[in-house]
Amino acid sequence: GSRIREGDCAVLKRGDVFKAVPVLRRRKIIFEKQWFYLDNAIGHIYGTTFEVTNGGNLQPKQEVEETATETKEAGTDNRNIVDDGKSQKLTHDDIKALKDKGIKGQEIVQQLIENSTTFRDKTEFAQDKYIKKKKKKYEAIITIVKPSTRILSTMYYAREPGKINHLRYDTLAQMLTLGNIRAGNKMIVMETCAGLVLGAVMERMGGYGSIIQMYPGGGPVRAATSCFGFPKPFFDNLHEFPLSKVHSLLSGTFSTETLPSDPEEYALVEEESNGLTDEKQASLQETEEEPTTEGAMEINQTEEQETVDINAEDVEFKENKEKENKENVREKQIKQWERRKKLMEAAALLREKNADGLIVASKFHPTPLLSLLEFVAPSRPFVVYCQYKEPLLECYTKLRERGGVINLKLSETWLRNYQVLPDRSHPKLTMSGGGGYLLSGTTVVLDKGKCDSNNLETLKTEEPSPKRCKVQDLHC
Amino acid sequence: MSFVEYGDTIKDGDTAIVFLGHESMFPVKVQHGTVTQTKYGVIRHSTDLIGKKYGSKVTCSKGGWVFILHPTPELWTMNLPHRTQILYSTDISIITMMLELKPGSIVCESGTGSGSLSHALIRTVAPTGHLYTVEFHQQRAEKAREEFREHGLEHLVTVTNQDVCKNGFGVSNIADAVFLDIPSPWEAIGHAKSALKAEGGRICSFSPCIEQVQRTCLAMEEYGFTEINTLEILLRVYNVRTISLQIPDLGKAAEDNSSAGFDSSNPSNQGSPCAVLQQGTVQFKSGVPLREMVGHTGYLTFATKS
Repeated sequence: GSRIREGDCAVLKRGDVFKAVPVLRRRKIIFEKQWFYLDNAIGHIYGTTFEVTNGGNLQPKQEVEETATETKEAGTDNRNIVDDGKSQKLTHDDIKALKDKGIKGQEIVQQLIENSTTFRDKTEFAQDKYIKKKKKKYEAIITIVKPSTRILSTMYYAREPGKINHLRYDTLAQMLTLGNIRAGNKMIVMETCAGLVLGAVMERMGGYGSIIQMYPGGGPVRAATSCFGFPKPFFDNLHEFPLSKVHSLLSGTFSTETLPSDPEEYALVEEESNGLTDEKQASLQETEEEPTTEGAMEINQTEEQETVDINAEDVEFKENKEKENKENVREKQIKQWERRKKLMEAAALLREKNADGLIVASKFHPTPLLSLLEFVAPSRPFVVYCQYKEPLLECYTKLRERGGVINLKLSETWLRNYQVLPDRSHPKLTMSGGGGYLLSGTTVVLDKGKCDSNNLETLKTEEPSPKRCKVQDLHC
Repeated sequence: MSFVEYGDTIKDGDTAIVFLGHESMFPVKVQHGTVTQTKYGVIRHSTDLIGKKYGSKVTCSKGGWVFILHPTPELWTMNLPHRTQILYSTDISIITMMLELKPGSIVCESGTGSGSLSHALIRTVAPTGHLYTVEFHQQRAEKAREEFREHGLEHLVTVTNQDVCKNGFGVSNIADAVFLDIPSPWEAIGHAKSALKAEGGRICSFSPCIEQVQRTCLAMEEYGFTEINTLEILLRVYNVRTISLQIPDLGKAAEDNSSAGFDSSNPSNQGSPCAVLQQGTVQFKSGVPLREMVGHTGYLTFATKS
């Protein structure tokens, strides 16, 4: 198995709660009301479970043989259990004292059980539940796992759904399958999901093939992408292209000459000369309409701190000799030239109009994004995500008018989790709504002359064209 | 053409999908000199298919036309010959993600069945991964082998004809993930554990009945699997329709109807999807759920070996 290394992005897990953190020495981490340092975790295998000791250190949890308590006493029902609030003989202060002494969580739980007057009268199931609840509270255990689409999409949906347009993880799974994402594809991805969808696509492509990410504004946001910890080569064939240039590219008026003079682009170039990496920049550019109280990603917080430092250095820089200033300018020019070169590459890839698929998951209205289908080869899948159903209804209608697509499907998935225990199995919580909707289909060769086919039968089996929509409830 | 690589043009020996219209398609094996009958007439492979671009419209003998599509695991799932009950793309998608499959993954599967999931798994783990699939029914195993060969996948998959509950997967300590779709998965959990890599991996079991799930969960716990989690995923498909609803006549004059909140000329209502028609009806677009939908396929139980 792979080992936890310094500088990795790891995911902390406690129960069903996840949190992505960078692995750094001597850095205090706060997770689920516990604080600790990750120093001792370095070198251990991913998937290891640790106990948090008193000084905030981690030590691998020893497998404890559950000592079966002899002759378990249990009641059959709760007819004689009265809630008088006095069943627990330990006071708050007693428990706090135990904790301060550094007594292990397991022992505290044992004490609580021994000092509960009603415990023995509870049914076996209720006793189980009681122990589980107390363990959760007093046992300081965390597992460190390797990031994956499964884990990061679950984490984002739970912690920061606003940042990913409420794209639930089962919906993301659908997108990857419906889009036939696999090694060797040439994919177009347009997303504003913090780079989570991009990361998911990259994981499925395993570094084979190419991706062109269409981005709005000054640059692509890849905060979540950086959590995956992809190896460097994965980024060799990742291109980006500004959405604002799509129209000019399609109409053939596109040129890169206009680029660096764009004020926002210029600002970006300037920022880059601060020596920030792409990913770090992305997290800085992230603007969120709704203020998030606690970022799921500690990573972002550190980055911002680091940036502040760099900026402070930058001020010193400016006070420094002109020589360095000149170097800065030259560096800037090199950066600009590189950016332009990358842009040209992306434009060339798009111009071939032979992409193997299109994935859209953004905060924008999806209909205008349909012009991206121009870049996709025939007989390829496309998937459009939207948090709401209505824009996709319009999208569907527009696609029908445009033609060049078949097999259109508007869908949604529901996910239901189950508790499975002997004699206690039942559905947990139903998740519905809020997972978003998908519009998927397949591209075909676009008829230049709109089909005036004598093939009425086919027309009947196809969805009606908008003109024929007056007939209610046509079979489509 | 291959199921793991897109090709631009239709070639002799390809498996292509003939798309006739909504939810009406079938697979065809492209061969020189062969003809395929459709309700729109005959398709002659040598002239109508070979050398044409995938995604083209092909005109049949009666003047009607069809589209020819490049095969994908998803299209195959919708069109394959059933030898057993199969898994559909909705379940397949969550299985793929929750098992953390990607290029290079080594996967064990049992039973192979009709190969619906197998094709999707191979697609995901190619070009460097491998699928070891076990099927105890000899003819089905043979048929699956043949299909994989026909689809250009034989280098990515090994089909073994044996009973997974008795003899396991025939490999040990090499798999990143194991998938079980058999009547008694709890009998194969031990074999699954030994097939998985020493450093760990993921497991999934698919069962239609909750009793099967319970026994499987107990077995998983017994063998030290963690993160045991059972879920069910349901697909809801919507038809896009334009709906007209009549405005009730409350005895008001027609022009007063506008004050009932259906004023299309009112600026605040601009761009609203509702349109008032002359006959006292309102039109709007709606996503209408299908009258019947799949309510249950099976429970998916996932767990981690760590």
